[in-house]
Amino acid sequence: MINLTINGLNVSMEEGMTILEAAQFLGFPIPTLCSKEGLSPYGACRLCLVEIGEGDRAKLVTSCTYPVQEGLKVRTTSKRVDRARRMIIELHLASCPQSKIIQDIASKYNVRQQRFRQEHEDCILCGLCVRMCEEQMVAKAIGFRGRGETRSIGTPFDIKSDVCRLCGGCMYVCPACSLRCTFSEPDKAICGACANIAAPCLDKDKFGDLMCYMDPCVACEIEK
Amino acid sequence: MNPEVVQNILEKHNEGQDGLISILEDIQNHFGYLPQEALQIVADKSGQALVDIYGVATFYKSFSLKPRGKHLMSVCLGTACHVRNAPFIVKEFEKQLGIRAGETTPDREFTLETVNCLGACALGPIAVVDGHYFSKVKTVKVKEIINEALAGFDKIEIKTDQRIFPIEVSCPRCNHSLMDRNNLVDGHPSITVTASFGSKHGWLSLSCLYGSYNVSSEHVIPIDTVLNLFCPHCHAELISGSNCSECGAPMVPMIVRGGGVVQVCLRRGCKGHLLDLGE
Ligand code: FES
Ligand code: FES
Repeated sequence: MINLTINGLNVSMEEGMTILEAAQFLGFPIPTLCSKEGLSPYGACRLCLVEIGEGDRAKLVTSCTYPVQEGLKVRTTSKRVDRARRMIIELHLASCPQSKIIQDIASKYNVRQQRFRQEHEDCILCGLCVRMCEEQMVAKAIGFRGRGETRSIGTPFDIKSDVCRLCGGCMYVCPACSLRCTFSEPDKAICGACANIAAPCLDKDKFGDLMCYMDPCVACEIEK
Repeated sequence: MNPEVVQNILEKHNEGQDGLISILEDIQNHFGYLPQEALQIVADKSGQALVDIYGVATFYKSFSLKPRGKHLMSVCLGTACHVRNAPFIVKEFEKQLGIRAGETTPDREFTLETVNCLGACALGPIAVVDGHYFSKVKTVKVKEIINEALAGFDKIEIKTDQRIFPIEVSCPRCNHSLMDRNNLVDGHPSITVTASFGSKHGWLSLSCLYGSYNVSSEHVIPIDTVLNLFCPHCHAELISGSNCSECGAPMVPMIVRGGGVVQVCLRRGCKGHLLDLGE
């Protein structure tokens, strides 16, 4: 067992656990995009930042890749963590404003502005699908290609891969491709927060079959 | 594409179990690029996933998945060359060849590429055409370079190779002279660098007579060893992107006093070397 403090709480955790696992076990929320149970940690999205150490030596690390250590002092939310995290959310939002998952995280962490140029990428290179394909489906049909600006995910030579079984696992884990509600202004990156006014499915029939973003759903509660 | 060639290359590399990069390098040396079928064969034979191989092939700039032209022109866009107008040199090449950087002319004669630093910054802007260095390139010289490449460098080379004359060289990184007046080879001051091979590390003096292959060194260097050479002043490794046309080992560039670059093959005993004198 390893003794450490998380947010001032003295705890002892099993060796080999990551800070993220420990914090989740204790119920401290840490947002994540690129970590999923059953897949190896990767540390691509930087959303799970926490602060470790004290005073001048305090630093930010990604909790999903950092194993618990004896005597470690972890803060899952501090001024510095919050600032950094919100900046990262804003950057993710700029590259993928249409993603429902990123939108949800943004509204949860109270990101109310978006100062960067919107890219409308369809991938944030979190590598979830690559790990899913390799580790759970044992197929290795897709992978990273190129580097730097031109890095992308896909099959070799962009043709249908022989080893792909069309399982759909890659789409299932993708945080970027589930679309958000674009109710009135499709180009606006930040959620319009119509949820604060009224549930869209109650009085806006134009909403049609677009995805509902309310978590938990208020409308269904009211109807009951 | 001939599948047997790929098979042979794989055999040479321990049935494909050796380093992937050296296998891909050999394939590219043979075909001029990495054909899709070749990568598939490598994947099947070595048991590695095709995605991983494709990932490596697309990661490194020196690998190309598209067929390339007979003549490869690389223009340096590294910081030092960039501030000396290299972007205009690239534009001029693009204009003359009618293609963009990274493309190949439809007749498969030329491929134009940009690279980031060739290790001869003091002589920038640098262009390398088929392994020949052109220093201090000006836009007006571009046309000439292309014509020279078309005519073929080999003929010009044989002429210069026959001559024996002393040269004075300096390090391409720090521009510090490499001449050692206390250590004579062939009766002239020698070119002294630090050489390492295996676990040995020591000085190596080359004859400064172009065309003479006499050397003296601290350790006995067995024939056929490929050396690593370092500048004794700035300790930077002397290395260029090009390979010896005789044996395929890497070449080291050194700057010739008065303009130009001399390249020497790193393999002990190999006689491959080139001299490109600027203007
Ligand atoms: S969840 Fe840790 S970096 Fe993405
Ligand atoms: S920047 Fe061009 S050779 Fe170094």
